[in-house]
This record gives sequence, C-alpha cells and structure tokens, in this order.
Amino acid sequence: MAKPTRVTNRIRALRFATGEMTQAELADRLGVTRQTVIAVEQGRYSPSLEMAFQIARVFDVPLDDVFGYAEEER
Amino acid sequence: MPFEEKMTWVNLVVTIAVPIWYFATMLGRLRTTAAADIAFQRPLIVAIVASVVLTVVGAIVMSIGTSVSAVARGRKPEDEIDRKDERDKTISRRGDLVGYYVASAGMVGVLVLTMLKAEYFWIAGALYLSFVVAMIVSSLVKLFAYHRGF
Repeated sequence: MAKPTRVTNRIRALRFATGEMTQAELADRLGVTRQTVIAVEQGRYSPSLEMAFQIARVFDVPLDDVFGYAEEER
Repeated sequence: MPFEEKMTWVNLVVTIAVPIWYFATMLGRLRTTAAADIAFQRPLIVAIVASVVLTVVGAIVMSIGTSVSAVARGRKPEDEIDRKDERDKTISRRGDLVGYYVASAGMVGVLVLTMLKAEYFWIAGALYLSFVVAMIVSSLVKLFAYHRGF
C-alpha cells in the first residue's frame, strides 16, 4: 500500500506523451533503478531536487510541469 | 526488486538463522553446565565467521541470479547489480540509523551486566544479541521503506 505524499507528479502521463517511454527507459536515462521510478510515480518516494530536475530535463519540460505540491487540507 | 533490497533480504535471513543456531546451542549447554563453565568462545567465533561467509555466498548467489535474469531480459547485468541510487542510499541510511539506536540501547543492557559482574557468558551473549537485534531491526526498517515508501 502506497504512503500518500503531498508531492504529486505527472511522470506517467509524460512518459506516454514521450513515445510511450517505459519505466526502465526512464530509469536508464536517470541512472536509477526501475523500482525508484515506480516509487516516485506512485508517490511512495519524493526524489531529491537534483533528481527532480533530471526528470524534468528528460521530458524537456519545466519542473512545475512534472511535480506539484498539494495544498494542505483544512 | 533492486539489488540492494535483495542484499537486505540476504542479511536478514543470515542474521536470523546463524544466531538461532548459536543461542540454541548455548541454551542446550546451559541445561547441563553452569554459565561460568560454558566454552562459548568457539561457537561465538564460528557464528560470526559463518555470518560473514554466508553473507558473501548470498551476495554471490544473488549476483549470479540477477545477472542471469538481466541477460534473459536483454539488459546488462551491471545495470542491475551496480546501480545503487539515491533512494537505496537514503533507505540504507535510515535503516542503519535505527539499527544504531537499537544497538546503543542493547549496550546499556551489556553495561548493566558488566556492573553486576555477570559471567562473561552472559555479557558476550547480550553483546551478540544486541548486534543481532540491531541488524534485524535495521533490515526490517529497510524492507519496510522499500515496500511502504517514506
């Protein structure tokens, strides 16, 4: 069961928009394990700022287009 | 499963299996012999060496298995084995930190035994148990982090 995190992401959508890039391909581009890509996608792991920038660079989009930070529930 | 997680499983299994043998052996001797007269040194050394050897063997087996699996999937073995990323390192640090706290708590117990002038048998056993419990907890924290996230 995934632990909810307030960091949201659109990696899955961006992968499919980028020639249906697989998680393994993205992991290879980033130099991380496929499981880390899966964990980030599912919100089970918040990547470092550096990795976040690397992900954005792979998709050639600004950081804000990949990651978001959900508003705190009141 | 990342290679680091596989190695955590190897560590966990070895860290549980070997001490079970040691403590079962010692408890068996304790039934017939006084603690002060039990020669625990050799079994303890055997247990420690066995842990190291079994961990190395486990690492080799895991490496071979991972390599075969990687080749079967058309991937380079080194991509699967050598790739340790920031998440692996963070999880490793987290597990090691918790293990350190558990070992430290255990050391307090060992210190108390020393102050009470307990037999070396009990002090050595408590010391070994502290490390074992610390390593088990550390491995469990890592495996929990791999699956549950953080």
